[in-house]
Amino acid sequence: MNGLICRKIGMTTYFGDGNRAFPVTVLEAGPCVVTQVKSSGSDGYAAVQLGFGAKKERACTKAMKGHFAKAAAAPQSVVREFRVADPSGFQPGQVIKTDIFAAGDTVKATGTMKGRGTAGVVKRHDFRGGPGSHGQTDRLRHPGTNGAGTTPGRVYKGRRMAGRMGASTVTVRNLTVVKVDPDKNLLLIRGAVPGANDGIVIIRKA
Amino acid sequence: MNKQAVINSIEAEQMKRDLPDFGPGDTIRVQVKVVEGDKERLQAFQGIVLQRRGAGTSATFTVRKISAGIGVERIFPLHGPTVASVKVIKKGMVRRAKLFYLRGLTGRASKVQQRRETAETAAAPAAEAKP
Repeated sequence: MNGLICRKIGMTTYFGDGNRAFPVTVLEAGPCVVTQVKSSGSDGYAAVQLGFGAKKERACTKAMKGHFAKAAAAPQSVVREFRVADPSGFQPGQVIKTDIFAAGDTVKATGTMKGRGTAGVVKRHDFRGGPGSHGQTDRLRHPGTNGAGTTPGRVYKGRRMAGRMGASTVTVRNLTVVKVDPDKNLLLIRGAVPGANDGIVIIRKA
Repeated sequence: MNKQAVINSIEAEQMKRDLPDFGPGDTIRVQVKVVEGDKERLQAFQGIVLQRRGAGTSATFTVRKISAGIGVERIFPLHGPTVASVKVIKKGMVRRAKLFYLRGLTGRASKVQQRRETAETAAAPAAEAKP
């Protein structure tokens, strides 16, 4: 298996890597249950569908209840698909745990970043803003010009401006696994992963 | 699962249990691991604790000493692996938690009054000592 569905628990300081202190993100990683196995013969592509987290049975639609019953699995609150090269080794109902990862692995994390609401161009697009001195007023965080004048006489599409930022799916690559705890279903990853605590994060092997 | 409890349990694995009880005003000697090339040795840093701050694995403490007439301060991660040991040399008698006022003082004024162990005070910490 090449990935797991996780819940972000929080961040803390960790010591290691030649007596250095560095930030880690703690994730509740799985256990995930295989809810469906897709093969190129029957579905057109090969994938494994995983479920994570308990869900009340009465909160499930009839269709989802039937889907979980087919895999002999309890109702799952999050269901995600992972592409695999060869799905033949997986059985519906099979449980995947954190031991698919090892300390030192490079992984990528996909999650929904925190919503920033309406954000200016400095925060949203890393613009530099205006000068702080030399007679400048009221333009510390302004975008500057948004195009030329009479020619072309319009603003080109795709011009980066202020607007709604965040609450979008973000993938961070090249993260390192610091520690794996299959007994407590915990995964420690160096650095930050997208989203707030309690958010759902997909960790995949890079 | 309680999130903070999980974080605490991970931090507890990394925290030292053998640290002495010390606070601002105390004179301590810190043995610091220094790596030179492929050799590791211990270096002592002795001075007055100016402050302790933070909680869990990110807790730090600041030590100030006068070295060749120049004030030197070092901030150590309390639970960091480079801090090999901490030894309390003298207990200080101070009335605040952060002793930054010592930076502006020199000579006799910069001395922190020592707390003498009486029969009463010596008995009290022993009763508090954790198993």
